[in-house]
Amino acid sequence: MPLLDRTARSFLLLEILSGMAITLRYFFKRKATLNYPYEKNAISPRFKGEHALRRYPNGEERCIACKLCEAICPAQAITIEAEPRDDGSRRTTRYDIDMTKCIYCGLCEEACPVDAIVEGPNFEFATETREELLYDKQKLLDNGDRWEPELAKRLELDAPYR
Amino acid sequence: MATGFFATDFGILILTLLKALALIVPLLIGVAYLTYAERKVLAAVQLRRGPNVTGPFGLWQPFADAIKMLFKETIIPDGSNRYLFLFAPVITFGLAIIAWAVIPVNDHWAIANINVGMLYLFAISSLGVYGVIIAGWASNSKFAFLGAMRSAAQMVSYEVSIGLVILSVLVCTGSLNLNAIVLAQRNIWFAIPLLPMLVVFFISGLAETNRAPFDLPEGESEIVAGFFVEYSAMSFALFFLGEYANMILMSGMTTILFLGGWLSPIPFIPFTWVPGPIWFILKVAVCLFVFLWVRATLPRFRYDQLMQLGWKVFLPLSLGWLVLTASALEIFGWLPHA
Amino acid sequence: MIAAIAFYAFAAILLASACMVITARNPVHSVLFLILAFINAAALFVLAGAEFLAMVLVIVYVGAVAVLFLFVVMMLDVDFAALREGFQRYAPLGLTIGFILMVEIGLTAVNWTIAPAAHLAVLVPTPEHLTNTNALGNLIYTRYMFAFELVALLLLVAMVGAIVLTHTDRRGPRRQNINSQHDRTIAQTLTMVNMKLGDGSRQITPAARNAEPDKETAR
Repeated sequence: MPLLDRTARSFLLLEILSGMAITLRYFFKRKATLNYPYEKNAISPRFKGEHALRRYPNGEERCIACKLCEAICPAQAITIEAEPRDDGSRRTTRYDIDMTKCIYCGLCEEACPVDAIVEGPNFEFATETREELLYDKQKLLDNGDRWEPELAKRLELDAPYR
Repeated sequence: MATGFFATDFGILILTLLKALALIVPLLIGVAYLTYAERKVLAAVQLRRGPNVTGPFGLWQPFADAIKMLFKETIIPDGSNRYLFLFAPVITFGLAIIAWAVIPVNDHWAIANINVGMLYLFAISSLGVYGVIIAGWASNSKFAFLGAMRSAAQMVSYEVSIGLVILSVLVCTGSLNLNAIVLAQRNIWFAIPLLPMLVVFFISGLAETNRAPFDLPEGESEIVAGFFVEYSAMSFALFFLGEYANMILMSGMTTILFLGGWLSPIPFIPFTWVPGPIWFILKVAVCLFVFLWVRATLPRFRYDQLMQLGWKVFLPLSLGWLVLTASALEIFGWLPHA
Repeated sequence: MIAAIAFYAFAAILLASACMVITARNPVHSVLFLILAFINAAALFVLAGAEFLAMVLVIVYVGAVAVLFLFVVMMLDVDFAALREGFQRYAPLGLTIGFILMVEIGLTAVNWTIAPAAHLAVLVPTPEHLTNTNALGNLIYTRYMFAFELVALLLLVAMVGAIVLTHTDRRGPRRQNINSQHDRTIAQTLTMVNMKLGDGSRQITPAARNAEPDKETAR
């Protein structure tokens, strides 16, 4: 009987037909595609996007040039130079991130003792030239100013789990 | 119809040209939209949306593709045979188009209603292999050549079973004329008594048009793109269009041989008012959907399995069914006397 | 008028491509010209009203035979230098044979007499009520039935002969037998054993072969 069964199965193309039935069922299913530029997915507060350097509410930049991020960066994408400012506080004179090297691991964010360098929710920062991806301190601070409300919100949401 | 100017030699020539134009233009639009339909169907099965940006529902996509292809550079590989290289896609595409000369989309609506229409179709489809072989050889590339060799063996093998299937239809109609073949199905479509042959024909058709799951000649996972690796721009587009035109042709042949051509599937009044060409197009569209559906479902065959299926399964099956059909017709006295 | 133009065009292309078959340097080009010649011959058949023959010519010769030719010729690695090597040496012999053949053909052509009844054959009308295909079918399958069957048998013998000559029962490469693969059941191939802690597969394998299938897992 199993022989007959199997022969009938293969001659009636039952297995192919059952496969085709599945694809037909999927044909009519709801599509999973996100219509990207017009629709976007919800993003977790931990999403690791474009970097930003944050400031305190009084406008003072947070970064104290401890270079922990530079040390921990596995891709060695961060370059920091620092010297004391006129008022005696220690600040960076140079804070570059090579975004073409960055692997978006978020370790810089983790390492930062003052929440200065963070990875924001922005993932749409494609550029036309490679040079534009070599971020300097000014660019990062600008990012921070631009995204600050969201960055603060994200940190607040994630705080209970840290 | 043929009066005055159109009865002269020159007039007949002009009239035929006009008829050909009236067929080729919708056919080319059909080919263009088949590429669109394929992308949409595959996308739908894979829970995607497919092209939907260019124009409403992405309907201008084929034209966008065509414009892109036109403006790309035609690259002729070093050491290739220039003329044959450029001629091969023309063969493939041209053959897919000229086969339509005999296909009737309605009663006597064929450009050439010839007595040996079925043989003509078979002959043209047997020539299709040349475009592929010449392309593979002229490209001066081993991948292209391997693809061409595979394709040649594959097409020649499956032609045999296609021929036998066609024969079993022909013994039921007693005529090689496509018009007569369709009219012989007034009472019952051949799809019903010859269902296994329909399946064999369709599967062989998949192999003949190099479609999934028999798309080994282009098998991108092992030989890059097979016989058209070296092609780019318009010459590639011609191959591409040729493949789709062949699919439409194969669907047209299936429709004529098994699905009653332009005849209405439901022989009652409101349905018989629908003009024949519409039924014909609908049936072809259903066949084409199955082509795409199969592609979305089945993985590619291995080469020895392909050959085994062709020679060890389809050939005996179709031969046996041919003998069976002929005997049944003889015993019950149903043999047509043309 | 159009038919006449078409005839001369096809005939001219046919002759030209036939010449190219023997003069083309590249064997692949030769085969392609041969195909062109076949197609033009088919076109001439159509003009002569023998549409069945035309189509069969295309299907059989162009669609199958020439494909195999092309297949073989493309695979061949023809070394033209090696081919021309003995040209000088064999040229006199070849020329002599060619000359003799020419003379023979010439003699036959000069002494050719057309059978006196030949012109009557033209008078036999093409059957009016029958299509070309039907007429041929009637001849082949009724009148010349036995001859036809004999030819078919001859072809069959040739085919069997070719297969016998070339077929070797190769044991080397492992072949897949799909049926035997499908025929295997789980019970035939899989035994479940309870392994003691610390036993490697080496210790239990001989036992596993003889072991009763485990009650729980043999389902």
